[in-house]
Amino acid sequence: MEYRVLIAGFGGQGVLSTGELLAVAAMMEDKHVSWMPAYGPEMRGGAANCGVVIADTEIASPVVSEPGALLAMNGPSLDRFGPLVETGGLLIVNSSLTDPPPPNGVTVVGVPAQSLALELGKVQVAANIMLGVLVGYTGMVDLEAVEAALEKVFYKQKKLLPLNQSALRLGFETGLREAGRE
Amino acid sequence: MKQLMKGNEAIGEGAVRAGCRCFFGYPITPQSELPHYLARRLPEAGGVFLQAESELAAINMVYGAAAAGGRVMTSSSGPGISLMQEGISYLAGAELPAVIVNVGRGGPGLGNIAPAQSDYFQAVRGGGHGDYHVPVLAPASVPEIITLMQDAFDLADQYRNPVMVLADGVLGQIMEPVDLGECTFAEAPPKPWATTGNEGRSRNIVNSLYIVPQELETHCLKLSAKYESIAEDHTRWESYETRDADLVVVAYGTSARIAKAAVNAARRRGIRAGLIRPVSLWPFPAGALQGAARHASAFLVVEMSLGQMVEDVRMALSGVRPVHFYGRTGGMLPEAGEILRHLTLLHEGVVSHAGKLWPAASADQ
Repeated sequence: MEYRVLIAGFGGQGVLSTGELLAVAAMMEDKHVSWMPAYGPEMRGGAANCGVVIADTEIASPVVSEPGALLAMNGPSLDRFGPLVETGGLLIVNSSLTDPPPPNGVTVVGVPAQSLALELGKVQVAANIMLGVLVGYTGMVDLEAVEAALEKVFYKQKKLLPLNQSALRLGFETGLREAGRE
Repeated sequence: MKQLMKGNEAIGEGAVRAGCRCFFGYPITPQSELPHYLARRLPEAGGVFLQAESELAAINMVYGAAAAGGRVMTSSSGPGISLMQEGISYLAGAELPAVIVNVGRGGPGLGNIAPAQSDYFQAVRGGGHGDYHVPVLAPASVPEIITLMQDAFDLADQYRNPVMVLADGVLGQIMEPVDLGECTFAEAPPKPWATTGNEGRSRNIVNSLYIVPQELETHCLKLSAKYESIAEDHTRWESYETRDADLVVVAYGTSARIAKAAVNAARRRGIRAGLIRPVSLWPFPAGALQGAARHASAFLVVEMSLGQMVEDVRMALSGVRPVHFYGRTGGMLPEAGEILRHLTLLHEGVVSHAGKLWPAASADQ
């Protein structure tokens, strides 16, 4: 089994660290994993994305050019990467910022991540909600592994741990529901 | 225990574990996480981290520390490596061991900060002046970076020669799991030739100046014998699915990772494809290619450049098999789908001449 995930949005949305969470979770489950950022002269508000590959066997290429799953955190990311999602793939859209497109050979899940994050108390956890949806929908890693990864990746922000966990769980339950696996 | 590590950080940790205790460098993207990491890590390990005022200063500090017997390194990317070429030639001439890391970016000129392999010629053909070679090691994954850093320092000390590790922006920036528990700390071997202070022994001189032509020729012949010995014992490559391969892809570093995905996809389609990944770019694994030519009908070289290693492949094969080329340059990455398309064309015999297969898509991206 091999999952190729692309997470895209603008700088400051937690795109890179969300990818790292997923990668660390998969690593803790002893899977093969790679994390590759699109790097550039970019800054808060600019475009940011990263590709995560999770596999049972050696990963040939860490480059995610045709994602099996895309987390689109904003409109520009959806426009740019939406068409690259492979047929039969999964497209999770932050519907607070952009309208989900019609399903064109892919499964589309719209989640108002921004509004949900604000309700929880901090807009910055929107990406965590999106990651929760991905994990709940696909089961590519266990929720417990992502929770353990939270403590590793955000070890400098211990105070925010409960909030991050709530966001992750909220997304996870949404993902389960959307997949009909509740 | 496994940890997720960035390629640039792995270069730094690999160096420290290989016994490197001196770093002199100047920041440049896409390798800046490396000096950033070593600025904290080297003092912790009892070493010296120094940000020089320029790449020229850095490479000459490397010369000084190497002459004094230290395990020493520097790192940069294309533009900075160009500035260091004079110093690298002097290191080779004076037979000083040091490791130089190039995390490649798009060129020529200032180019850009995106990943590229267009510094191949500079790395394997010298770059500086004079009759010399620098062994060049090309990792393709974060765990391999750790092992190759150790090997680079060992090679440098064993042969008293600078060694280059040639990576690219992707390898610098990606994170992959590494198990540092498996990796032990190494000690540098004794260096009786080093200028450590003249206490009760005859004078040690480190120099690359030989005014008398006869003496310089003798020195160069000695270097030549050393290079032959390195070529004999330290030519390295990875063969993947080559046993029965009809089509052999030749690629290194990040290109090899992408090519491997294409080889897997080609095999699923019933095309007998394989991959030879040079790990040492100099010495070049010509013998591995000649061996594969016994059953392969054609070769496809994939690079993140206009085609540089392809010349070494053509030289190795001396025209016995057609050698095709597919590359992206300027910071663009080759695509697995495009490699697969080329392999399919070659398999179907659509392309039978030896030539370039530029991507049709490259113009509009």
